[in-house]
Amino acid sequence: MTAAAIAAAVRSGERRAATVTEASLAAIAAGEGEIHAFALVLADGARRRAEEIDAQVAAGQDPGPLAGVPVALKDNLCTRGVPTTCCSRILEGWLPPYDATVVKRLAAAGAVVVGKSNMDEFAMGSSTETSAFGPTRNPRDTSRVPGGSSGGSAAAVAAGFTPVALGSDTGGSIRQPAALCGVVGMKPTYGTVSRYGLVAFASSLDQVGPLATTVADAALLFDVIGGRDERDTTSLDRPAPRLASVVGQGVEGMTIGVLAEYLEGADPAVAGRIAQAAEVLAAAGARVEEVSVPEVRLGLSAYYLIAPAEASSTLARYDGVRYGLRVDAEDTAAMNVATRSAGFGAEVKRRIMLGTYALSAGYVDAYYGQALRVRTRIIDGFAAAYERCDALLGPTAPTTAFALGAKLDDPLSMYLSDVCTIPTNLAGHPAISVPFGTGADGLPVGAQVLAPALAEATMFKVAAVLEAGAPAVGAGS
Amino acid sequence: MARITRDEVAHVAGLARLRLTDDELERFTEQLGTVLDHAADVASLDLAGVPRTAHAMAVTNVLRPDEPRPSLDREEVLRSAPAVEANRFRVPRILGDAP
Amino acid sequence: MTDVGRVVPEDAGGAWEMVVGLEVHTELRTATKLFCGCANLFGDEPNTHVCPVCLGLPGSLPVLNQRAVELAMAIGTALHCEIRPSTFHRKNYFYPDMPKDYQISQYDEPINVSGWLQLPGGRRIGIERAHLEEDTGKTAHAGSSGRIQGAEYSLVDYNRSGVPLVEIVSAPDMRSSTEARAYATELRAILIACGASDGKMEEGSMRVDANVSVRPGPGAPFGTRCEIKNLNSLRSLGRAVDYEAQRQIALLESGDAVVQQTRHWDEGEGRTVALRSKEEAYDYRYFLEPDLVPVVPDPAWITAVGAALGPLPAERRARLVALLAGAVPAVGEGFPDPDVGVDAEGSPGVSDAEREQILTVVDLGLDGLVVAAVAGGVPARLALARTANEAATDAGAAASLDPGAYTTLLGMEVAGTLSATQVKAILSDLLAHGGGDPVELARARGFEAMADAALVTVVREAVDAHPAEWVRYRDGEEKLAQFFVGQVMKATRGQANGKGVVAELERLARE
Ligand SMILES: [Mg+2]
Ligand SMILES: [Zn+2]
Repeated sequence: MTAAAIAAAVRSGERRAATVTEASLAAIAAGEGEIHAFALVLADGARRRAEEIDAQVAAGQDPGPLAGVPVALKDNLCTRGVPTTCCSRILEGWLPPYDATVVKRLAAAGAVVVGKSNMDEFAMGSSTETSAFGPTRNPRDTSRVPGGSSGGSAAAVAAGFTPVALGSDTGGSIRQPAALCGVVGMKPTYGTVSRYGLVAFASSLDQVGPLATTVADAALLFDVIGGRDERDTTSLDRPAPRLASVVGQGVEGMTIGVLAEYLEGADPAVAGRIAQAAEVLAAAGARVEEVSVPEVRLGLSAYYLIAPAEASSTLARYDGVRYGLRVDAEDTAAMNVATRSAGFGAEVKRRIMLGTYALSAGYVDAYYGQALRVRTRIIDGFAAAYERCDALLGPTAPTTAFALGAKLDDPLSMYLSDVCTIPTNLAGHPAISVPFGTGADGLPVGAQVLAPALAEATMFKVAAVLEAGAPAVGAGS
Repeated sequence: MARITRDEVAHVAGLARLRLTDDELERFTEQLGTVLDHAADVASLDLAGVPRTAHAMAVTNVLRPDEPRPSLDREEVLRSAPAVEANRFRVPRILGDAP
Repeated sequence: MTDVGRVVPEDAGGAWEMVVGLEVHTELRTATKLFCGCANLFGDEPNTHVCPVCLGLPGSLPVLNQRAVELAMAIGTALHCEIRPSTFHRKNYFYPDMPKDYQISQYDEPINVSGWLQLPGGRRIGIERAHLEEDTGKTAHAGSSGRIQGAEYSLVDYNRSGVPLVEIVSAPDMRSSTEARAYATELRAILIACGASDGKMEEGSMRVDANVSVRPGPGAPFGTRCEIKNLNSLRSLGRAVDYEAQRQIALLESGDAVVQQTRHWDEGEGRTVALRSKEEAYDYRYFLEPDLVPVVPDPAWITAVGAALGPLPAERRARLVALLAGAVPAVGEGFPDPDVGVDAEGSPGVSDAEREQILTVVDLGLDGLVVAAVAGGVPARLALARTANEAATDAGAAASLDPGAYTTLLGMEVAGTLSATQVKAILSDLLAHGGGDPVELARARGFEAMADAALVTVVREAVDAHPAEWVRYRDGEEKLAQFFVGQVMKATRGQANGKGVVAELERLARE
């Protein structure tokens, strides 16, 4: 059942939120042992919340557009009094004294949070294997990774634990797991969703976004969480989005560019699905043409300098002084070292090291500064493409879900699985991944729709046409 | 650009307040080298005259009125602290002034 | 303020020239912190003015305080700076009083650049920049000494974390400790006049670091400099700068080199001690703060901030000079050319003593009392002297005196109703009680000075009784005035006001 259908049924009194919540908790109880989508299941809190929603409906009040909808929250979204760990040992024991803005907005819309979903530690990873709580498994094939870093959120939706989830996307962390798990995942335009209470990985790239089973549900969730927040300076001064209604309006008359560079390294079966997706769009009345944005080839390198640079600074605060883990030592500096060495996992340390190096004296201009110039080039490259195209099409990931452990010891090959998602974050643009058939291995393929800044409406229209014309994704192996 | 050395990795670890085992030092030197080799395409580009983009969206002058807001409840703040004394955060001795 | 140029302790041989630049951090007087809505208050219970932002909690984000930006712009305006589009950077280093382990500060694009401050003596000191940044929390050290060295452990209070600071960096333009002190004094007066700071060095709301070097003489290349920290008063500043210059001269004269260092001023020992050398200089890894956007002040905003500025110390000194020269301003009227220094050349007719009085009065913010008294008919020299010599003894209380009551009091002295001694006594009452009615206070003290009419009669009687002495006095023998004062005092049993008697004698002589 979609979030939209659940909310409609709960608002009309046709179904009780408590019933919906119990169904979600029962699905989790049945499948979580195998999937491990959650860092923390909040059964009691969800039940209390569902009772409140039902009481509101009984009293004739409208609980909001997500009335009674179970939601999984990525564990990097702050929840007051509820552990928020980013799946890192270093945040063990921390109880945030505040709620993230998106969490408040979900609550105000009547949603029921059923748990904090598993993720790569501090969102650093593409497989959800770097979580301190152990990996999540792909519900389509439990020998495979769900992608990452929002792998827990994607798996929760794919496994039917919750109809929707929130993730965060710094370099593809919503779209890539959505593609690998066969669900919809959307990265909004930078600044359209508040980051207040999203534990930062790389502030200039991070954006919170929805995962869902349908494009319409993704739009519904985006409408709820989007809009200006005075607590986030980078949130744009614009009215809250109202896009749920544009889904289904079609692509007649649009020009869609198939992004050549994204097909270069793609698995042939994946590339074949994208060609098929282009045909679906053409059949729906769009002009489809091949487009080249050569600058995106530089995205991966630039990203793996910029994101770690910001992270190396942002993660300095985990020093054992004010919250979370402390490993005691003789003096404060030694305590900082002991705490950070014990509290961070290998991937986080690797990125902190990389970022510290990229910013250090003698290298900052060659690495970090140069990466910022590349960022400008990528924005300009996209701008040129958008002079002719309303949206771009490409694969979300070059391959389908890979095996657990396959890339864990080879950082560069792991990083390459984000090659088609990263340029969007560098540009600040929106993009969405829509399930579009399967690869040769029978696992889901994601078609990615990219659009210019603030062109979410266009993006959702294209995504909805792909959704309607997509070959079915198998139920699993 | 010359490949990152073990000494540089050790220096960077110091800046980042991380202690690496010999094993980690070895592995990180190799892995960071691989990633930085890949980044060499960026480092070697001639981009003189290209402005830097640090923020994707060009926004300026986002300001807040100078009006007080409630602060946090101290008990809630100190509840998550590793060590507290006299309502302050307790830390081991500090060697030296701030840089 | 006459030792400009010629430097260093003269016993050092006189060949060396001292070069000093100052970095001043001032806390801004805002209601809230720089990036959050927590109250900007001191001395409260620890960790009561903290929130996710100023505690650097995961997920929190800074939002810039408009008032802080405007106070920074006001400082820039007062220091003749160019006010520019500016950005914030992160300055990365680990320290437990800094919750994010980076400080948000302006780096290569500060809001104010390229200004100057004119010392009262007339010399201009360049201002390289005046930028915004956040303050740290406060650590208390457990152990007998209460100091960081030897402490067993430390305790951190983050109430001060995130309080707005402006850091003002001068050019290396000062050439003596006297100039360094004059600069700090003038800057403090400017900051107070801008409403930006309370300027309290002892309480740490204004903190001064000094960069000191020496060179063989004017025009020679700058020598290697050392940065001196922990200067908690103007006196410390002067002593530390002199000590450090001597230390460097001694090194150079014995053939050694000065090593670039940060040094700590030990007030008790009267010397500077090395903290760390440049080789150990921290790699701060500055980069643009991604959580904040640029501040781009447009001309209208800059103009509005400038228009809201009250008169600055230089202008206020110029006003007092003009008053001494006999100009009588309408209330609120300014005087032209405030940048003319108060020195012998710039202000003819003002004595050295009066120049010192003007500096004192403006530095203490008491010039409003002088202006009010002059507007109320009190001669400028009397108003200035009473304010600089008497009111200034308790500047804090004097600053809150009612100018009306003050004018009334000085008016009674002018009219001869009270003697100078009596006026001083009543002024000390006013300062001690934080105000009051001077007439009431005079009565309470029994200063029942003779009414004017009665005094005129008694003086006339004394003149009539001593016609020979009167003729000699009238013909120019001024010392006979004291004879008549004595006569009047005798007749009134000391109740008359001596100055009033002399004034009446002079009036009669002119008749
Ligand atoms: Mg500073
Ligand atoms: Zn605060």
